[in-house]
Amino acid sequence: MQQEILEILRTNSRISDEELAVMLGTDVDSVKAVIKDMEEKGIITGYKTLIDWEKADQSVVTAFIEVRVTPQRGRGFDKVAERIYQYPQVKACSLISGGFDLFVVVEGKTMKEVALFVAEKLATIESVLSTSTHFVLKNYKDNGIIFDRNGRDEREAVVL
Amino acid sequence: MKIKDRIKSHILATPPSGIRKYFDLINEMKDAISLGIGEPDFETPWVIREEGIYSLEKGKTFYSSNAGFIELREEIAGYMTRKYNLQYDPASEILVTVGGSEAIDIALRTFAGPGDEVIIPEPSFVAYKGCTMFCGATPVPLELKAEHQFRIQPEQLEKCIIDRSTAIIIAYPNNPTGAIMEYEDYAKIVEVLKGKDIIVISDELYAELNYKGKHVSIAQFPEMKDRTIVINGFSKAFAMTGWRIGFACAHPDAMEQMKKIHQYAIMCSPTTAQFAAIEALRSGEPEVRRMVDEYNKRRRVMHDGFNKIGLSCFEPFGAFYCFPDIRSTGLSSDEFCERLLIEEKVLTVPGNAFGACGEGFVRATYATSVGNIREALSRIARFVERVRP
Repeated sequence: MQQEILEILRTNSRISDEELAVMLGTDVDSVKAVIKDMEEKGIITGYKTLIDWEKADQSVVTAFIEVRVTPQRGRGFDKVAERIYQYPQVKACSLISGGFDLFVVVEGKTMKEVALFVAEKLATIESVLSTSTHFVLKNYKDNGIIFDRNGRDEREAVVL
Repeated sequence: MKIKDRIKSHILATPPSGIRKYFDLINEMKDAISLGIGEPDFETPWVIREEGIYSLEKGKTFYSSNAGFIELREEIAGYMTRKYNLQYDPASEILVTVGGSEAIDIALRTFAGPGDEVIIPEPSFVAYKGCTMFCGATPVPLELKAEHQFRIQPEQLEKCIIDRSTAIIIAYPNNPTGAIMEYEDYAKIVEVLKGKDIIVISDELYAELNYKGKHVSIAQFPEMKDRTIVINGFSKAFAMTGWRIGFACAHPDAMEQMKKIHQYAIMCSPTTAQFAAIEALRSGEPEVRRMVDEYNKRRRVMHDGFNKIGLSCFEPFGAFYCFPDIRSTGLSSDEFCERLLIEEKVLTVPGNAFGACGEGFVRATYATSVGNIREALSRIARFVERVRP
């Protein structure tokens, strides 16, 4: 049941325990127990909302930043990653394979604000060798959700 | 001469589908929710669509062999074995058709004619009766009952069969009731059928949409296989309704004749759809499972909802329909559906559109989002509260 609950919550975190129970053909108490267990174990780390900020008329600028760093003896990349992800402007930070080491997602109100953050904060961290900043111009799909899809039902109302 | 005077009486006598009745009404409405559509709300999975697109880009726009590409028939043979443990020879026992609909038509044309009776368990998909009448044969309804979960009972079947009975159309998982038949149910009716000279046309379009166990085909009974025409397709399982592609499997002697009708009337099934269908069988399985899991959740929401409203509904284990009993409202099926549409903007289909014995029931499909289902259920609850005596 754990897997099934996660599948549903992943696309709709607002669903009630009662609704979940009906969908999965089980009782509310079992659903509550499984969710509580997953929260305690840290399998579920939070519930958030996917927002198309453009439509909300709030300017949010997102940049994907590739960062090359020098790993530290005994600490690998963890130490420098920690220095980076502590900033509230950093929304995501991952160690990646390939030509770069860390992949960092930064959000700000304007391009200038993000650029300054990179120049003044990220680039100046001691083990950071270089950064490459890519601003997001348009979001097509995020977390499995296609943004600009008209929600219209294209089917004929009645066929046979 | 008036053109109408020249039209054959058995064509005129065939009524148009009763489902279409509310078409104009709903098209003028805003915020209407249709629980009337008998097709998946999912788009065809991208891997399948893409293969259709590639075939066009490569200029593969020519006829295939009449029976369909041999690659597709081989895939179908593998699929039938893998899924339903049925063995058919791709060269002589499989025909690719324009949807399951064409297969129903040509199977009936091959086996039914003037003077013959075709047994149709009702409530049923509306095309069976129409296609039977187009052949000049007589449709004989076998009235299924809610208390039997709309499964065929051997005693009922026995009573319907007379010398002129040429075929029976069996369709499980069922449209409109959502009923399934399990192995034991089939075993009982096989006992009745095996002593009779009667063909079985088994419409298994919804075979993948079984939420209780593995789909059973009557052709799995060795004594039935040679006299059963198994009809299946891609519309429901792979969400490919608009592609118009299905298939029939049958004994070579039957297939040879069915193929002749297909050859002269159709030539071959659309080839873009055939290329897409090959990909569907090769790699569509995970997508099918994803859709079936989603339908299953919605099914529980709708079934639970109707019972909470007090419209009793047996648990439908197949297809994507609920078939609640609305008699407690004191309304006829037609009144219920018409008023529900006008007053609450929810479209359902009156059960009697699927045969007289469907009176007192309505068909509601859960091939729509959970959000739509919940909203529709709350509107239905409000409506029932208002009209119930």
